[in-house]
Amino acid sequence: MASGKENEKQVTAGSRFVKAAKIYGKENLGIILALLVLCIFLAVNPLTSSSFLTQKNVFNVLRQISTNLYLACGMTMVIILGGIDLSVGSIIALSGCVAAGCVSRYGLPLPVALLCGVLIGLIVGMFNGWVIAKTTIPPFIVTLATMNIAKGLAYVYTGGSPVRVVTKEWQFVGAGYIGPVPTPVCILALVLIITAIIMNKTKLGRHMYAVGGNAQAAEFSGISVARVKFLVHTYSGIMAGLAGIVLASRMYSGQPTAGDGAEMDAIAAVVVGGTSMAGGSGKIGGTIIGGLIIGVLNNGLNLMNVNSFWQYVVKGCVILLAVYLDYIRNKKSKL
Amino acid sequence: MAKILLEMKNITKTFPGVKALDNVNLKVEEGEIHALVGENGAGKSTLMNVLSGIYPYGSYEGDIIYDGEVCKFNKIKDSEEKGIVIIHQELALIPYMTIGENMFLGNERGPKFALDWNETYGKADELLKTVGLKESSRTLVKDIGVGKQQLVEIAKALAKKVRLLILDEPTSSLNESDSQALLDLLLQFKKEGMTSIIISHKLNEVSYVADKITVIRDGSTIETLDKKTDEITEDRIIKGMVGRDLTDRFPKRESQKLGEVLMEVKNWTVYHPLYTERKVVDNVNLNVRRGEVVGISGLMGAGRTELAMSIFGRSYGSNISGQLLIGGKEVHLHNVREAIKNKLAYVTEDRKGNGLILSNPIKINTTMANLDAVSSHTVIDKDKEYGVAVEYKEKLKTKCPTVEQNVGNLSGGNQQKVLLAKWMFADPDILILDEPTRGIDVGAKYEIYCIINQLVSEGKSVIMISSELPEVLGMCDRIYVMNEGQIVGELDRSEATQEVIMSYILKSSGKGA
Repeated sequence: MASGKENEKQVTAGSRFVKAAKIYGKENLGIILALLVLCIFLAVNPLTSSSFLTQKNVFNVLRQISTNLYLACGMTMVIILGGIDLSVGSIIALSGCVAAGCVSRYGLPLPVALLCGVLIGLIVGMFNGWVIAKTTIPPFIVTLATMNIAKGLAYVYTGGSPVRVVTKEWQFVGAGYIGPVPTPVCILALVLIITAIIMNKTKLGRHMYAVGGNAQAAEFSGISVARVKFLVHTYSGIMAGLAGIVLASRMYSGQPTAGDGAEMDAIAAVVVGGTSMAGGSGKIGGTIIGGLIIGVLNNGLNLMNVNSFWQYVVKGCVILLAVYLDYIRNKKSKL
Repeated sequence: MAKILLEMKNITKTFPGVKALDNVNLKVEEGEIHALVGENGAGKSTLMNVLSGIYPYGSYEGDIIYDGEVCKFNKIKDSEEKGIVIIHQELALIPYMTIGENMFLGNERGPKFALDWNETYGKADELLKTVGLKESSRTLVKDIGVGKQQLVEIAKALAKKVRLLILDEPTSSLNESDSQALLDLLLQFKKEGMTSIIISHKLNEVSYVADKITVIRDGSTIETLDKKTDEITEDRIIKGMVGRDLTDRFPKRESQKLGEVLMEVKNWTVYHPLYTERKVVDNVNLNVRRGEVVGISGLMGAGRTELAMSIFGRSYGSNISGQLLIGGKEVHLHNVREAIKNKLAYVTEDRKGNGLILSNPIKINTTMANLDAVSSHTVIDKDKEYGVAVEYKEKLKTKCPTVEQNVGNLSGGNQQKVLLAKWMFADPDILILDEPTRGIDVGAKYEIYCIINQLVSEGKSVIMISSELPEVLGMCDRIYVMNEGQIVGELDRSEATQEVIMSYILKSSGKGA
């Protein structure tokens, strides 16, 4: 009997890790393969083989994808709830400008300025969450509105021109290194760990999946759906604020045009990673691979000197292909 | 002997790891009503999905011989062209379209790319008359009741020039009179020469309407009973379905001593959440003791579910007034969390809608209402959770390969067990079970009754809301009869009969209206 086997389930740390890795591999088989194919192609292609696998380039790719993955962490949660957050791109602009302004206009110390940037994200996220939790206005509409509000405020605050900061310390967050590793990548590791723990280990994480899977059943099980929505959107806002300061730091300035379309890249990473737009299912592990695919692709196209206009076309095709492969695999496993 | 319209020969269908159908044979004569009965998960629906082409030719073994030729259906459209139409248990109508639009969906009237609305609605009205539905075909589907929607489905099938009509649990969501009307309609179609296959759990309906009954158990055909040659009784059918004689449909309960009153509701009045002037529950008083099963009987729409939900943390209704006493102390439950904290559980009648998360595994559903018990400092202990799920799976005899399985893949009876497990794990003292056996088969029903007995023997209180009178009579120590929002009678087990309960309802109906 199957149940007998279940009872004897022995767990050691090692076997558990192997098991988790196996499940992870199986769940994300399609996109992992896609990523590998992409990497192998770039590694053997004569145009890119000399530069692709160098330490510098690898860190470069990781640095480039890190801001997208911050957003994608929040976005994964939001999409699992069955919602969407369109405002993250604009939050990047607003938080970056405010953080830069804190230093250059008011002369505040750097940590305070950075904190202010993240705080901006937190506030917009809380506002999103509050409206979405308290009303039945669809998240798409609410965040579409805050997207415009935040973008507008960024322009108003800056008057349309970048807020420059040219101190060495300012660059640390976005362009600096901790040891050999770029700072944004270190932050990324931290963010991913925190997100994974929230989603997989905590009650909040479980509640997220429950609300996305069947909000009514969740409510009837004593879960506060409103609270879950509020917290998740707040988290997404924080992530966007974080991306804002990292990006502003890398560009030596807060720019009102920063983060344009960033929400779409984040959604792409999440969807390529296998999270269902219908809500209720999805894993942060998939999102990581999704973000990597998009990042490696961008990098490869640049190394190959592909015209940037064509890059959009290629990127779109790859997104469609990746999601299609996943769709086929799911369909097979259902039959 | 009449001509055989359909023969399914040695059908075998395997899903990964499970043999859903094992050499099933089915013969249906032209012009008969053939019933397909069996427990949940026995394979009835799978068999019909094979027949209608949902599982395409090649994904199963065996032959379908229809009207003398071997058929290889690849999609539903193929079988519909031959006149085989299946009406699924869950209605597939689009709420914001008119009846007429729904009826000709995918089968539109008119020249190639345009729609001929006159023909559509003219034809639709004609067909509605045939099925005896007095509605204009321009009415939106969302504005008519479930009973009428079922008739629209049948009219839709007729629009496709149906020869073999398959109905999967057509009466599961209908009330008594609508069910009767539907069955009579089938009998009338039979006179006109149509062949139908009906899948149903309601054995009284089956024996009323069917000429032949094929029993399926665990994916194999057990027997086919013929009305002409065999004596068909409900007990006879049940025997075939469960493979043993079910002498007693309700398990005996050890004669237990009733404890003190655990929950009491006084002068409970609830208004409709939207139409706030409408009273849904009207001045209800009831109580339940430790170790007691109290039934709430009544027709659909009597306000039973609304009463239960309003008690359960005000999850229904507006302007709720009255007193709720638990363990002798008055409590005010403002939301579901407080209700759970006060050891109250409400096991919903709508397990798919607000009971379970179908896309999540059994283990997650099991712990959903009491995550605190498997987590410390907000972090979930997954081993503990797994253990809990396995424990309840064994306790309730849930049939599933592992607790990692998604609830959506389970049969109705097993879903109900998971739902019960979820609330048992929340460790309540008082359980309100709303239609705990709706849409599940006899064997699973028996098991659920055993669970109820187990619960009360542990000193818990159970309030059982049920529309099935035999179940209420068989299981409850005391029965409240509810009608039009009011309690119109309270009966002890010894004095309750179906007739008494119905007479209470009928007598009170005059007064209220």
